[in-house]
Amino acid sequence: MTVTEVPTSAGGNPIGFGRMLRKEDARFLRGQGHYIDDMDMPGMLHGAILRSPVAHAYIKSIDTSAAEAHPKVKAVITGATLETLGLAWVPTLSYDTAAVLATDKVRFQGQEVAFVIAEDKYSARDALELIDVEYEILPPVVDAKKALDPGAPVIRTDKEGKTDNHIFDWEAGDEAKCDAAFAKADVIVSQDMLYPRVHPSPMETCGAVALMDKVTGQLTIWCTSQAPHAHRTIYALVAGLPEQKIRVVTNDIGGGFGNKVGIYSGYVLAIVGSIVTGKPVKWVEDRSEHLMSTAFARDYHMHGEIAATKEGKILGVRVNVLADHGCFNGTAQPTKFPAGFFHIFTGSYDYEAAHCKVTGVYTNKAPGGVAYACSFRITEAVYLVERLVDCLADEMKIDPAQLRLQNLLRAEQFPYTTPTGWEYDSGNYGPTLLEAMRIAGYDELRAEQRGRRERRAAGDTSEPLMGIGLSFFTEGVGAGPRKHMDILGLGMADGAELRVHPTGKAQLRLSCISQGQGHQTTFAQIVAQELGIPPEDVEVIQGDTDNTPFGLGTYGSRSTPVSGGAAAIVARRVRDKARVVAAAALECSPDDLEWKLGRWQVKGDPEKGKTIQEIAMLSHSSLELPDGVEGHLDGTCVYNPPNLTYPFGAYICVTDVDPGTGEVKVRRFIAVDDCGPRINPMIVEGQVHGGLADGVGMALMQVIAFDEEGNNLGGSFMDYLLPTSMECPSWELGETITPSPHHPLGVKGVGESATVGSPPAVVNSVLDAIQVRHADMPLTPAQVWRAMQGNPFRTDLAIT
Amino acid sequence: MQVTLNVNGQEVSRDVEPRLLLIHFLRDHLRLTGSHWGCDTSNCGVCVVWMDGEPVKSCTVLTAMADGRSIRTVEDLEQGGALAPIQQGFMNMHGLQCGFCTPAMMMTGQALLDRNPDPSTDEIREAICGTICRCTGYENIVRAIRWAAENATENTEVSV
Ligand code: FES
Ligand code: FES
Repeated sequence: MTVTEVPTSAGGNPIGFGRMLRKEDARFLRGQGHYIDDMDMPGMLHGAILRSPVAHAYIKSIDTSAAEAHPKVKAVITGATLETLGLAWVPTLSYDTAAVLATDKVRFQGQEVAFVIAEDKYSARDALELIDVEYEILPPVVDAKKALDPGAPVIRTDKEGKTDNHIFDWEAGDEAKCDAAFAKADVIVSQDMLYPRVHPSPMETCGAVALMDKVTGQLTIWCTSQAPHAHRTIYALVAGLPEQKIRVVTNDIGGGFGNKVGIYSGYVLAIVGSIVTGKPVKWVEDRSEHLMSTAFARDYHMHGEIAATKEGKILGVRVNVLADHGCFNGTAQPTKFPAGFFHIFTGSYDYEAAHCKVTGVYTNKAPGGVAYACSFRITEAVYLVERLVDCLADEMKIDPAQLRLQNLLRAEQFPYTTPTGWEYDSGNYGPTLLEAMRIAGYDELRAEQRGRRERRAAGDTSEPLMGIGLSFFTEGVGAGPRKHMDILGLGMADGAELRVHPTGKAQLRLSCISQGQGHQTTFAQIVAQELGIPPEDVEVIQGDTDNTPFGLGTYGSRSTPVSGGAAAIVARRVRDKARVVAAAALECSPDDLEWKLGRWQVKGDPEKGKTIQEIAMLSHSSLELPDGVEGHLDGTCVYNPPNLTYPFGAYICVTDVDPGTGEVKVRRFIAVDDCGPRINPMIVEGQVHGGLADGVGMALMQVIAFDEEGNNLGGSFMDYLLPTSMECPSWELGETITPSPHHPLGVKGVGESATVGSPPAVVNSVLDAIQVRHADMPLTPAQVWRAMQGNPFRTDLAIT
Repeated sequence: MQVTLNVNGQEVSRDVEPRLLLIHFLRDHLRLTGSHWGCDTSNCGVCVVWMDGEPVKSCTVLTAMADGRSIRTVEDLEQGGALAPIQQGFMNMHGLQCGFCTPAMMMTGQALLDRNPDPSTDEIREAICGTICRCTGYENIVRAIRWAAENATENTEVSV
């Protein structure tokens, strides 16, 4: 694709695509961000949640009298209080139900049991200690693989007639065709693998401030929501509150990564607390609460098989998944897809057939599953196939890069329909992998590795083991087409509203919401590109449901693919209207005009024309407009994407592994991403950097494991290890550009690409170093060391 | 109990509970909300401020322990409407995304530069490893602190 010259604004910014410093930085650099815990209001009260210390137990009794007697406590709310309001149980995003406060039983360690509202947050926490709860302990279901055993304790006894822990069975692909492909294969490799439970852990935990005005009936909820409009509608549906009187406001969010999509008990409790006390009520959880109770991700036990000819042509892939959803099925994904987009697991290769079966089960763990930059479980899918391809390469003694190059989809196959029904919009995979190999110096790295192995074989043990790992991923982002995708019945289209003021300055109102992605800058650049208004003159407004059009929010890398499409189209509508106004002012036909650099000008007479700023003033002036043309210069649009967009990329990770300790050092990481044209390359690179750190963390450090009693072993940052500056290398990035044929801007979305694509590259690298077929993440020193002894352990349970 | 501290050049006296953490004193009592709180175990480092010129995790300091000391927070970096070099570095090198760790990262970075005006990238990585960032993958934070080392020496006015 050719790069077109972009003009520069008076402020030195590109009027269109290009590197531009972020508008939002001004407040963050000064400590003037506006996060939920920064809120203060006159008379504001503070809530705190009492949580279950055990994983599974009947609640025999709750005595709140001592807490209520605390001089600073205003109210104590229990499940019994909520039952009287019909709010003890609420629907989840997957058409299950979840307890706001436990009534009959507690079902995971950390579950919400009571809510204290006090004058200050220290007193609220003091009062939690005064609540006396009597539990009758029940045996918990901790191991997902035993959840369906006959005689396993039944977790959801609240559901009438429920006699087991089964949630759903789901499949995709053609099983018979897949069996046929496998029947003629020369080589079949199978592998069990676990993508363990991880937690996204944004640096800001979740929180809310709720205010119910009893006189007007107006409910305002400020909260950490990645989907303010969806929250508003769900509050209306669940609580029976009139939707026109509910306002959800999300100001700055300190990172989301999918963790802040759902509605948490704390939000509902803040609302109930405000209704009960008549005051604004703030609830902000602490880190342990956040780690133990808010949405986790993954927890997929996968058995994968891959089949190939003896020449290394991959024929088919099939997988059985056991999905641990915790005690309530609360995953956030389009309704039709209980396993999210996992059935994109065929990845980036050409097959005859593929098939998957997924079974979801309840366990005595926190609910969630789709919540960590995973593009609705494409993380699990990419991990599966990229590990299987490496296992196949290992089995056949083929270089994993060669095996990939041989089997990657070819450019002429696009648009490509996968064996499980996805329609990849565009791709040119080979050059992307070759570019990553070029940056890495792949052949030299392999030569270095051979040298080290030879020296070690000759008895020189002074050097660490060296691993080179690859992954190639295809993402599917921008959910999504309304006819296929909805969440709780809400179609996944996004609105946009653009107003150009008389002086030519504009406001763009969007339904999506930034959690650090830099929307204020990127979306201003989209308007600049389409309308020629400098980005500094475009204010992007989001996060307030009273002031923005409806849409489903920011997650699944959908902001640029969906809201970005809406922004482009609404800007084009305004541009079309500007043409009519310019024609009226220039006394010519709109057909006589052409658009050039923010200006409608007469074809063949470029001196005669009107800039968008002049047109803005004319649109609001007394200029006589043609019949049927209203004044002002604004527009609205709802963008219903025709398909997902499919960004892709090739990653290479180089590791050094100390065979004595099992310690892994990520020496280099090369990431070549193709997300179509980049609106702001600086922001895109930043997104990729963050995702790569996630990949290193998940591959090497992060896991939420449980002991046999169901105790959460990752409940603090002392136990749940996140990568710091010391574990991350200096990322080496590259790009190729394959535009989306259907997106108005050709762009594809990138926010989650690196989180999705990088974990298998790290794991493949470590296993390449220690020359072991497979060991589950996280590859901690203990796990690497055990794997080298031929004895890797299960990372989801306490090490025994 | 009564405490008197110097916060960003101003003396403040307050009656506080002995158990009050410095981060809560700064945020909830003085309404200096630029410093953040992110964990219960002193592991995340988003609460870093300076106490007598040294970066400290303010969730791990009791307000009582800061009695008679000088505290400096992110709100004091900008002087006379001009951003400090460390702030410019973070902006120019895209060293922040959600902004939640940023004040702590900048205070840590500036403390390093005050001691070591020309740190290597390894020294920068070591200096900031007590603060977790979930957004940036650290590379641009390292570049931001290097930018501050290499470029400006005093606060300059930038229009952002
Ligand atoms: S708040 Fe986490 S270290 Fe201070
Ligand atoms: S910028 Fe978000 S945590 Fe660092």
